[in-house]
Amino acid sequence: MGSMTKLEKALARAGRTDVSAAAEVAAGRLAEQAASDGLLDVAYTTLDSPVGPVLVAATQRGLVRISFCSHYDPGEVLLELSERISPRVIEAPSYFDAVRRELDEYFHGRRTSFGLPLDWRLTGGFGRRVLKHTARIPYGKVSTYKEMADAAGSPRAARAAGNALGSNPIPIVVPCHRVLHSGGGLGGYGGGLDNKVLLLKLEGAIGGDRGEDAEASEGGEAPRTTPSQFGPSPRPPVAPRARRGRSQGPGSRGRSNRTG
Amino acid sequence: MPPFQAFLDQYRDDVYRFLVASVGQQDADDCFQETFVSAMRAYPRLRRDSNLRAWVLTIAHRKALDAHRANGRRPVPVADSPDRATHDAAGPDRALWSEVRKLPAKQRAAVVLRFASDLPHDEIGRVLGCSEDAARRNLYEGLEKLRLTWDR
Repeated sequence: MGSMTKLEKALARAGRTDVSAAAEVAAGRLAEQAASDGLLDVAYTTLDSPVGPVLVAATQRGLVRISFCSHYDPGEVLLELSERISPRVIEAPSYFDAVRRELDEYFHGRRTSFGLPLDWRLTGGFGRRVLKHTARIPYGKVSTYKEMADAAGSPRAARAAGNALGSNPIPIVVPCHRVLHSGGGLGGYGGGLDNKVLLLKLEGAIGGDRGEDAEASEGGEAPRTTPSQFGPSPRPPVAPRARRGRSQGPGSRGRSNRTG
Repeated sequence: MPPFQAFLDQYRDDVYRFLVASVGQQDADDCFQETFVSAMRAYPRLRRDSNLRAWVLTIAHRKALDAHRANGRRPVPVADSPDRATHDAAGPDRALWSEVRKLPAKQRAAVVLRFASDLPHDEIGRVLGCSEDAARRNLYEGLEKLRLTWDR
């Protein structure tokens, strides 16, 4: 078009207007619209916790994934959710009020079991059986890989049970940190062994700062609360926005998924 | 397929800028929601090698056409209603886009896609569903018309 005329220059300048603030606000409202149209397949947000920032994701069935941002790149975790569940993955902090509250109470020693609905679809077969038994280990107690293998019906599959716990998609809430080596060793933890120790100390399962408040006030395993309203609702309560997701956690270990 | 959020983060500014220029600040928000809800509906079936930017701007273009049609059925305001821009858009730029919005649909879209979205002619053609030559012609005719009303 040769050299630009004055008009074209004015258009080009107008075209460079910064719209990012307005676009961000508009994009933030999309989750609500998508939910009311039944399109919000996977919602996620990032929460701060004593074990560092955690990515939490939920489907319409319930909580489907918790991941330690310090150990797994959130971008990789979201890509995996996109490929395994649905690419309709949207950041939606306001859908996680119940999760935020229960985790907060747990980390303050005021909650000994979770009432959140869970979506087990990222597990299957033997692994799912192991994890479902793991979910029944009471607060403050520990078990072993061998016992979990027994409970899942394969007494000699302690190693396989260890692998299943290692790929626990919902750590903390499905308490794979309560499973130790038969010999008394701590075993592994994908979220970092220091975090496993932190959780066990919080629960008073091993020495250190015992979570005394928890046991005193709730008397061991508390009765399950009614599953909280969770997942897309027509009118989500407005909550303060959590940390923005997508932060690239340091020490990413790619897409391997070891946790428990 | 990348998570939809990554797609939204990457293209939200492009879509918003296109819509503010095409339909004005007042209708941009609604068109934006409609664009990305439609995109989200179709997203899982999208081919991996699709040109995502041209794809989402094609959807935005259709929503903008719908908004123009709806506005055409509404009573015409006596004077140009000043856009209720709060977030952005300096006055002269707004005035210029509101001149652009008076152009016929294809010329308007070609001008906006060229200057607000910075698309090359072949992609403008793709969004408008016409040839590269036709896109070029629409752009040229649009600029000729604008010159009649815009002088500085």
